[in-house]
Amino acid sequence: MKDKILEAVNINKYFHDPVNIEVLKGISFHLERGEFASIIGKSGCGKSTLLYILSTMDTDFQGDLLIDNISMRNKKETELALVRNEKIGFVFQFHYLLNEFSVLRNVMLPCEKLGKISLQEIESKAYEKLKILGIADEALKKPNQLSGGEKQRVAIARALINDPLIIMGDEPTGNLDRKNAEVVFDIFARLATEYQQSLLIVTHDNDFANKTHRIIEMEDGVITSDKSRRC
Amino acid sequence: MNLKLILDIAFSLLRARWSQTLVAAIGVTFSITMFIALLSFMSGLNDLLDGLMLNRTPHVLLYNEIKPALRQPVQRSLKYQNSYHFISSIRPSKSLPQIHNSIAIIEALHHDKRVHGVAPKVFVQVFYNVGTVHLTGEINGISPADENKLFSFADYVTEGNYMDLNIIPNSIILGKGAAETMLIARGDAVEVTTVRGDRLRLKVVGFFQSGISQIDKLQSYVSVATAQKLLGESSNYITDIQLKLHDMKQAPFLAKEFEKRYDLDALDIQTANSQFETGSFVRTIISYAVGITLLVVAGFGIYNILNMMIYEKMDAIAILKATGFSGKDVKLIFLAISLSIGVFGGITGLIFGFGLSELIDQMPFETASLPTVKTYPIHYDPFFYLIGGVFSVVTTYLAGSFPARKASKVDPVEIIRGK
Ligand SMILES: Nc1ncnc2c1ncn2[C@@H]1O[C@H](COP(=O)(O)OP(=O)(O)OP(=O)(O)O)[C@@H](O)[C@H]1O
Ligand SMILES: [Mg+2]
Repeated sequence: MKDKILEAVNINKYFHDPVNIEVLKGISFHLERGEFASIIGKSGCGKSTLLYILSTMDTDFQGDLLIDNISMRNKKETELALVRNEKIGFVFQFHYLLNEFSVLRNVMLPCEKLGKISLQEIESKAYEKLKILGIADEALKKPNQLSGGEKQRVAIARALINDPLIIMGDEPTGNLDRKNAEVVFDIFARLATEYQQSLLIVTHDNDFANKTHRIIEMEDGVITSDKSRRC
Repeated sequence: MNLKLILDIAFSLLRARWSQTLVAAIGVTFSITMFIALLSFMSGLNDLLDGLMLNRTPHVLLYNEIKPALRQPVQRSLKYQNSYHFISSIRPSKSLPQIHNSIAIIEALHHDKRVHGVAPKVFVQVFYNVGTVHLTGEINGISPADENKLFSFADYVTEGNYMDLNIIPNSIILGKGAAETMLIARGDAVEVTTVRGDRLRLKVVGFFQSGISQIDKLQSYVSVATAQKLLGESSNYITDIQLKLHDMKQAPFLAKEFEKRYDLDALDIQTANSQFETGSFVRTIISYAVGITLLVVAGFGIYNILNMMIYEKMDAIAILKATGFSGKDVKLIFLAISLSIGVFGGITGLIFGFGLSELIDQMPFETASLPTVKTYPIHYDPFFYLIGGVFSVVTTYLAGSFPARKASKVDPVEIIRGK
């Protein structure tokens, strides 16, 4: 049995505005190291909400969240920030790159924040990640000089820089065309198989989901099916 | 390491908005410049005006006022001890305000450690006789060396040498105003009459100008000996003893002490010139108020620019937080932006403030009543620069801390959902 890296224990989430609604109703599941899982479900069923909770950015929920077997409840804001920095890589639908910095620097920033290795080491590490994603040549450009697909790949490189326990994605291919979406998917698949990277990706794209190792399906705030498919 | 990264991010955000930051910094520079220049100028003006009056006023003045005796003879008589006294129409009996035993008192004061200097004075009320006209005047018999040591007498003698009073017998240094009305030049003689009718011809060896025309029209200086001769009194006749102390603040206290000890009347400088202190104080308050107002305006400028920057950089804040920067880090980034505007604007403001003070200091300011002043007065004081520097940092810190706190509270989920 592999070790659990992420576990949701009976997570409930309410929104109070404008009326009290229960968006997540007793979500429980766990992820193991090296798993490549996707979450699918109708629009509005609570996928993003769940992902924000799992990524420690949203702390307003009931139930428990364990990352690396450590409970995230009762942790301080700065401690949660450190967890995000060290253990979680996030890729959003939008790339969120800082135009004030070069592509390379954008990738380096989370590692600089962690501050465990020297600047030279961080730089070579960032180059390495950009190489994996096939955009090392663009390293010194500014983000606004890149195409949409390239930007998203930079965002993935940034998510990888601290060798996180898990990469989470909220429709990371949502803004991309078919071809670029495939490129991104191939990268994820390669990260999972070659580097045993754990991934949890929310998607609307059934083709995308079907190629992952595990599909978690949600409906109205509950998990309705959870199918693993060993390949 | 972390701080370096935070400063690095702050400066990158600054550079992306450098024209607005420059405007904010110029706001701080301007207010600090004005603050320094204004304070230096006002303080210079205070010194000038204080000097005009206070430098020439003794810290403690000992004199003998003409007044009726406190205990009248009938009250001393043992015979009427238990009676009720009706005394009316009391008159003072002494005719001259002489300080008795003056030589011994002056000697004792010279040895007092708290006293910086002692200058005796003989006051004579006179008339200057010009043709058939009699002008009132006040002649001060002084010891020129002591007077110069205590009151920079030489600065106010515009023509002639003040030491001539001791050298040339029967000499006088005439007030400029009086000299002008009487059309008298140096070397001329002037005839004075005392209240008792004695006449004496005095040789004019110089002119005196204080900057206060009422004084210049009235007052003149002779040596102590000449004044005593005018009055026909002996060489121990003194009407006033002027004192300068090491510590001016002690004047009221010492005045009381000397009053008791020597059985004289004493007037301290604080009582004599209370309105002057108030004037200086008000001028200082005004300069601080203007300086602080300018800084507050500059502070609002910084506040605005930072607020704008935060709205513009919401995405950046969200992603920084999502990738592991804490609220505190984000707050520090924006505080660093604000403080660097403050420090940069403050330092250039101090430099420009010094430059502007120098410029004012060079501007000619010549007035007949102030013979020693040639340019506008400036008081250079490192303390002003310290205050200016501290103020600029404190204001920008306050102006930055509200937006910075807001930035630190940004909820990344809200921003990311909004997309
Ligand atoms: N801040 C909020 N206040 C109130 N209700 C909210 C808020 N955010 C989300 N919701 C509601 O919560 C539900 C779940 O939203 P969520 O964004 O998780 O859906 P989703 O599954 O990610 O949908 P999509 O596939 O369209 O992204 C929706 O019904 C939404 O209206
Ligand atoms: Mg969603």
